Amino acid sequence: MSTYADPPAAAGGAAPEPADAGPGPHGEPILSVRHLVKEFPIRSRGLLPKTVGVVHAVSDVSFDLYRGETLGLVGESGCGKTTTSRAVLHLQPATSGEVVFEGADLTTLSKARMRGLRRDLQLVFQDPYASLNPRITVSEIIAEPLKIHGLYKDGGRGAVDELMQRVGLNPEHGNRFPHEFSGGQRQRIGIARALALRPKVLVLDEPVSALDVSIQAGVINLLEDLQDELGLAYLFVAHDLSVVRHIADRVAVMYLGKIVEVGRTDELFERPLHPYTQALISAIPIPDPRRERERERIFIQGDVPSPANPPSGCRFRTRCPKFLTLLEAEKAKCINEEPPLIARGLGDEHPAACHYAEEQQVL
Amino acid sequence: MSTSSDSSGEGLTATLTDAVLSVEDLAVDFPSGDGPVHAVRGVSYELRSGEVLGIVGESGSGKSVSSMAVMGLLPKTAKVSGSIRFRGEELLGLSDKEMTSVRGKKIAMIFQDPMTSLNPVYKIGYQLAEAVLAHNDVSKQAARRRAVELLDLVNIPQPDRRVEQYPHEFSGGMRQRVVIAIAMANSPDVIIADEPTTALDVTVQAQVLESLRAAQQETGAAMVLITHDLGVVAGQADRVLVMYAGKPVEVGTVEDIYYNPRMPYTLGLLGSLPRLDRREQSRLTPIQGSPPSLVNLPPGCPFTPRCPLAADICQAREPDLDPVEVGLEGHRHLAACHFKGEVARHDPADLFARTAADAELPSSFGSDGLAPEHGPDRGDLYESEEHGTEDENP
Repeated sequence: MSTYADPPAAAGGAAPEPADAGPGPHGEPILSVRHLVKEFPIRSRGLLPKTVGVVHAVSDVSFDLYRGETLGLVGESGCGKTTTSRAVLHLQPATSGEVVFEGADLTTLSKARMRGLRRDLQLVFQDPYASLNPRITVSEIIAEPLKIHGLYKDGGRGAVDELMQRVGLNPEHGNRFPHEFSGGQRQRIGIARALALRPKVLVLDEPVSALDVSIQAGVINLLEDLQDELGLAYLFVAHDLSVVRHIADRVAVMYLGKIVEVGRTDELFERPLHPYTQALISAIPIPDPRRERERERIFIQGDVPSPANPPSGCRFRTRCPKFLTLLEAEKAKCINEEPPLIARGLGDEHPAACHYAEEQQVL
Repeated sequence: MSTSSDSSGEGLTATLTDAVLSVEDLAVDFPSGDGPVHAVRGVSYELRSGEVLGIVGESGSGKSVSSMAVMGLLPKTAKVSGSIRFRGEELLGLSDKEMTSVRGKKIAMIFQDPMTSLNPVYKIGYQLAEAVLAHNDVSKQAARRRAVELLDLVNIPQPDRRVEQYPHEFSGGMRQRVVIAIAMANSPDVIIADEPTTALDVTVQAQVLESLRAAQQETGAAMVLITHDLGVVAGQADRVLVMYAGKPVEVGTVEDIYYNPRMPYTLGLLGSLPRLDRREQSRLTPIQGSPPSLVNLPPGCPFTPRCPLAADICQAREPDLDPVEVGLEGHRHLAACHFKGEVARHDPADLFARTAADAELPSSFGSDGLAPEHGPDRGDLYESEEHGTEDENP
């Protein structure tokens, strides 16, 4: 029925690896991000605006995405996770750094070549109300990428029906308009549109956060099925750690423009090393009254500092509960020296950007 | 306006004596072009002093509307019936002027969005003092001192300096704490918090919930906590009321609701939650279908089209909210389901399908609207398309 599981994808991702230790880093990454930096200038007002400062939205972020895996990118608002995803897709050109997809550095490509590669890299947006054109039918919305890339004439109609079916919508409803669908259905339309060009990588920016829980569950199941069937790699940007724990194979935690910890999902949740990760996990309420009452919360004080003027050294030190317990000499290291994101010799393949990383169970 | 009082004997009147707020058979209708929207269809609950009652439900279940009715904040077009009593005194039918002496003083409300519930052009201290002066005959200086105390109560550092600032100088979490402080200003007996942390990041949510808890315990107020987040309710509430299609479908202690749900909707909600504290769990179990329109509800249980246990009786008669069993301390566990005994024998996974299919096709499409996992073959598809178009125009 489908030609989606093309041979190249099938070789790497079609057979999910049930036997090995879990889908972790293996093989060649399909997408490598190296030292990605995205800065936005702050301009003064007036007739001749000049740059008076810089917002460091993303500061030196590196990660790999492997075939068929889901990498969760989590953090609170303003941490740079969405900017990272936009810069990866070259929707907002990066200030510096590399985004290597199948050997090509996307940040240096011409517009024409980038357009060709867009087929392989697609995006699903957060807001299912704002991301669909209200004036054209659902079939037309899903067909649009095919038309743009000159693929519609060749059996496009059938492809649209098949896509609708694949995301759990009735193809008979293709001639309806977006307003006739509910939030979850619209999100499915957005997913069908993203799949139309048979991408290899899907960037999902908060794909379920606008949906009610009972609806959200169906969309999460759909994303899991599509990944198994099509061998897609997901960059899953979200603030809801419960959803990320469910769907991701690996997780990267961002704080103020930097990745502070990255690791396999179970390892990161069960043995977090960075004080921010620990506080973040500990802050999330669990729908289990007895466990919830017994839990000890790590409270972090205050709010995220401005990315226009981030703290020196470790960016988390101004709110870090661990920092408060350190001796003056130890604190100096946090203030003066930026902690690199490296394995701390405590877990395997589980780097954390903290000078004094220490495992702590918070669940 | 208020009608039913003769039927007050039934239901939740077991421990009426120490109830600060009792809501009985509350119903709210809004007019619409298609006929009245029955947004709330009979809500009854009691709140004892110091107790936290969580009201949960998805968007459109009537959880916010029922609380706005308690505060008398619904638009004039809304038709409200039933009874809302504060320490025995009927609130429904009071004039706006009379309600003003209740709002803030006896019942206070915390809204979801701290950006819009504070006035951007007045200093924080002024807005706090305003709340104090509204109900107390004190000097401005005294109100001012109280404002500083209140900020301190909700853990805002340097309160004496902070009262001089404007809302835009506060972060989202701090603004919500200011809103909490304003709600606490007159030591109300009841606080209604409508999604108080939904707009906040999780680490900030934890701080705000802690402040809310501290403030509530300090004043001994009872609280109604409205939220869609089952995690927040688990940690904060003593009792839980689950709403569906404008009615409570299950009421009980948090333990009753989370460990022994007796209404399939509650069970389904819990099964559709991804869990932070579990390793790679099996697939989630969404609830098929979508909530019914509240304009022309068919008779019977409104959950019937989505319910895996549905039988003929469910379509014929809407079940009452009846005790599932008598619990300890007089806290009764109630559920509105004809098969509440049977629900106890299931867990979500064996009742609800672990499907990825569309979980919210309008119920008018019927079961054939649910696209099967592998779809019908081409022939079927085009055939049905032909007669599909004429009868499906909304």
